[in-house]
Amino acid sequence: MKRYQNLLMMTAVVVLVALPLWMVKKPAPGADGKEVQIFAGADERAKNLVGVISPGYKPWFKPLMEPPGGEVSSMLFALQAALGAGFIGYWYGCSRTRAKQKQALQKEARC
Amino acid sequence: MHIMEGFLPVSHAIGWSAASAPFVAYGLYTINKRIKEKPEQRMLLGVAAAFTFVLSALKMPSVTGSSSHPTGTALGAILFGPSAMAPIGMVVLLFQALLLAHGGLTTLGANIFSMAIVGPFAAAAIFRLAKAAKLPFGTSIFLAASLADLLTYVTTSAQLAFAFPDPIGGFAASFAKFATLFAITQIPLAISEGLLTVVVMNALARFNAPELQDLNVTTTLEVKA
Repeated sequence: MKRYQNLLMMTAVVVLVALPLWMVKKPAPGADGKEVQIFAGADERAKNLVGVISPGYKPWFKPLMEPPGGEVSSMLFALQAALGAGFIGYWYGCSRTRAKQKQALQKEARC
Repeated sequence: MHIMEGFLPVSHAIGWSAASAPFVAYGLYTINKRIKEKPEQRMLLGVAAAFTFVLSALKMPSVTGSSSHPTGTALGAILFGPSAMAPIGMVVLLFQALLLAHGGLTTLGANIFSMAIVGPFAAAAIFRLAKAAKLPFGTSIFLAASLADLLTYVTTSAQLAFAFPDPIGGFAASFAKFATLFAITQIPLAISEGLLTVVVMNALARFNAPELQDLNVTTTLEVKA
């Protein structure tokens, strides 16, 4: 039952991520003829919103280092996720093996 | 929830850093103490940190047409108490600020405050409340994780509204604008984060039952006290 439940929850997450891709329609290009970008980062949008609310505000500090392009930055994000997922995988593998060995030992003891 | 580099006035940047610093320091102290007393919990601490690493790297599309990311801080907050997540969140935010120009050093304090302090404290509090209300384990975890995720983004909205009040409507109008952008986008992501946290917690309950019981014993004692 538990395993079935986990599978159901994972499916729900996939649906939650996939649904917006299908639901949100790309708006027609604006008056300036520029393509409207959808699914832009909310952080980036907030940055623009600051410009709308306080047009006079000038950021007083620049990032020390900027990834030299979208590809490099997606590589770094992938690296971050891989580090985390790698560790969780390692823990899961260790735990499963440990549980299995424990079971085998108990079986042996019973014989 | 990342406020971009330089996008908080100097006084706010200093203020939020000063507010976050004691939490990070206390968090480091509690983590050190715990690992010395119970070295067997190191693995679980690693899992909690790794979970934050994964989730905060995943930018997911949302129904509003914006993308955002979950935070993954609730798992560790429920296991080890909220203060342990402040230094862990800081590591993630530093990684993104230095290498990815996502977030920033001047906004690090404010970002730590929303993601690694408000989120974890909310998660721990909601989990205890849900437990006190005798809700099932999975439901308690789900509520704690998803609401903590959402509250993190509400905090970011408040921080930005506080720094940039609307010229006409003041704080409230500005907060409404930022919250519409952040919090609404976050709703489906918060649900995802809640579900994923339950999945990992189920696995923890299956494989690390003794450690979890050990950790839960401390929480039940605290609830009684």
